[in-house]
Amino acid sequence: MAKGVLVIFDQNNGEIRHVVLEMLTVARSLGDGPVTALTFGKDARNTLAKLAEYGAEQVLFWDGDAYARYSSDGFAAAIAEAVPELGPDVILFPATAWGKDLSARLAGVLKAGLATDCLHLEAGEDGRVKAVRPVYAGKALAEVTVNTPVQMFSLRPNVNAAVPAPATPEILNIAPAVDSAAFQAVVVERNEAQGGVLELTEADIIVSGGRGIKAPENFKLLDDMAQALGAAVGSSRPVADEGWVPHSYHIGQTGKVVSPTVYFAVGISGAIQHLAGISGSKYIVAINSDPEAPIFKVANYGIVGDLFQVVPRLTEEIKTVKAQQ
Amino acid sequence: MKILVTVKQVPDTATKIQIRADGQGIQEDGIKWVINPYDEFAIEEALRIKEKQGGEVVIVALGPSRVEEAVRQSLAMGADRAVVISTDAAVDPAAAATALAAVCGEEGFDLILTGKQAVDDDSAQVGPMIAANLGLPQVTVVLKLEVDEAGHRLRAERELEGATEIVELPYPAVVTAQRGLNEPRYPTLPNIMKAKKKEVRRVSMDSLSLALDPRVTVNRLFAPPERPEPTILSGEPEETAKELVRLLHSEAKVL
Ligand SMILES: Cc1cc2nc3c(=O)[nH]c(=O)nc-3n(C[C@H](O)[C@H](O)[C@H](O)COP(=O)(O)OP(=O)(O)OC[C@H]3O[C@@H](n4cnc5c(N)ncnc54)[C@H](O)[C@@H]3O)c2cc1C
Ligand SMILES: Nc1ncnc2c1ncn2[C@@H]1O[C@H](COP(=O)(O)O)[C@@H](O)[C@H]1O
Repeated sequence: MAKGVLVIFDQNNGEIRHVVLEMLTVARSLGDGPVTALTFGKDARNTLAKLAEYGAEQVLFWDGDAYARYSSDGFAAAIAEAVPELGPDVILFPATAWGKDLSARLAGVLKAGLATDCLHLEAGEDGRVKAVRPVYAGKALAEVTVNTPVQMFSLRPNVNAAVPAPATPEILNIAPAVDSAAFQAVVVERNEAQGGVLELTEADIIVSGGRGIKAPENFKLLDDMAQALGAAVGSSRPVADEGWVPHSYHIGQTGKVVSPTVYFAVGISGAIQHLAGISGSKYIVAINSDPEAPIFKVANYGIVGDLFQVVPRLTEEIKTVKAQQ
Repeated sequence: MKILVTVKQVPDTATKIQIRADGQGIQEDGIKWVINPYDEFAIEEALRIKEKQGGEVVIVALGPSRVEEAVRQSLAMGADRAVVISTDAAVDPAAAATALAAVCGEEGFDLILTGKQAVDDDSAQVGPMIAANLGLPQVTVVLKLEVDEAGHRLRAERELEGATEIVELPYPAVVTAQRGLNEPRYPTLPNIMKAKKKEVRRVSMDSLSLALDPRVTVNRLFAPPERPEPTILSGEPEETAKELVRLLHSEAKVL
């Protein structure tokens, strides 16, 4: 059986997400033959330097017109066409909306097993990778193995380290011929979030507000604190439902699942559905006036107090510490 | 339009999960079972399309006998009838998708709506796998859906990290629902009564004669790591704020 890890991801104007570097690092750690990177679109080649820095041994840039706009069915058909020639026994995707969409489709086409949103991958016996992934929104973890010849995984961002290991990648010239009729679902428009908004799933620090904030205009307090920290801003669900913040801020079981280094929960009670989205945080810091609030049971640090008193002072202290660095 | 909606029954999101001693599953006694929250958006969207354009909404569910309850609730929301694939076996996403696709294919449809993911296994695979199985286009994590009946096409807005995109595709197709697509209705009392009389057709999974070897094996479930004892500060805001920043800077070393 052929060997090797195929790492598949999207790029935007030649920029790649940090999770791609994490995936390349994990791919190398599996010690399973060559690490091959595959990405799409007009600026695909601009990612070469980064891929080389993180140890891709082979790269594929599908930058023809057919790949200018994402198509789940078209891309999956093309990859499936190339897989026999490339012969990977492991395929990795980022567990992003893009990666989940394409990996599940490709798994369906290849009739391969796929483990979604994995936290850790490790080479097991007899060439099977052992993966750990959250289930029940992180209330439990599952160790899983994939039984098919091609083992597929998507990797949760922000969990694994990205370690450089410079290589000189060979640019492969494998371009499958896929009928344009396979490209049925096509992206016709893409709208970026307003500039300057940090994406929660990739953020290192998150300042998140709940109903304790009382009114939309008070989110300014959190914006200020986030700015001092270089952090992203998130929220509990009711606050997004009220329209105080956009829906994309909503963290939890039915919102975003985040794994920052530090998560500040401000005026958030810590309902089980909210905790489900933040259990991957390295440090949880709670600010709440109710000493009995459940959020304190999962916090590393907490302040019992009125957020309107505490937050502005925290922001000042943070600025002072930052200024000394 | 004939719309099929897949509905999975899952533990209520407020449930505390207890892992069985053998690590092979969770303790099911005492669990409150509900319709997967994302499937409620799928049902609601199907009902709205039907209300606008006419047609039929059929629920397709797979699982043990308890799923009947989720199916009745879906019918009480307004779906016309249901097909239940009954099995007591634990099925992996690929097996579920294969069986669901087989039954959907037999039923015939213009559109299949599923949830973006089931909140128990969190796989986010079954929708796209049904699509791949049936050779249909897909669009996932959908926030907004427009059906152009004349052109036989869909236009969907989907959510990505830090962006949204518009996808166009012909139907029949598979669409997976994200929160934000709509606000699911509550069943009314008359509709709950009516639901009792609606047709629920049962098909045993074995009778489908499909090859359903698990492609993914769960070796064991285990509890996430315990969080360490917290340091909780109380007192004057000036003092606690200062002390917290000191701890984050000098002890945790994260600032
Ligand atoms: C199916 C389902 C899915 C759900 N999914 C999610 C989800 O994904 N994410 C999510 O967040 N929720 C979710 N929920 C809702 C969840 O159950 C809780 O209702 C919600 O998380 C509570 O939000 P909160 O903490 O902002 O508000 P509350 O529970 O009202 O808490 C507000 C907190 O602010 C504190 N406070 C008030 N004033 C101050 C002050 N001046 N200073 C300091 N503290 C103050 C209070 O002590 C309280 O602890 C879901 C619910 C269901 C049924
Ligand atoms: N056993 C099942 N019965 C009916 N629908 C299912 C089943 N499993 C998954 N689905 C559908 O597929 C979606 C995604 O599930 P999953 O891939 O398991 O996260 C769910 O929201 C359901 O709509």
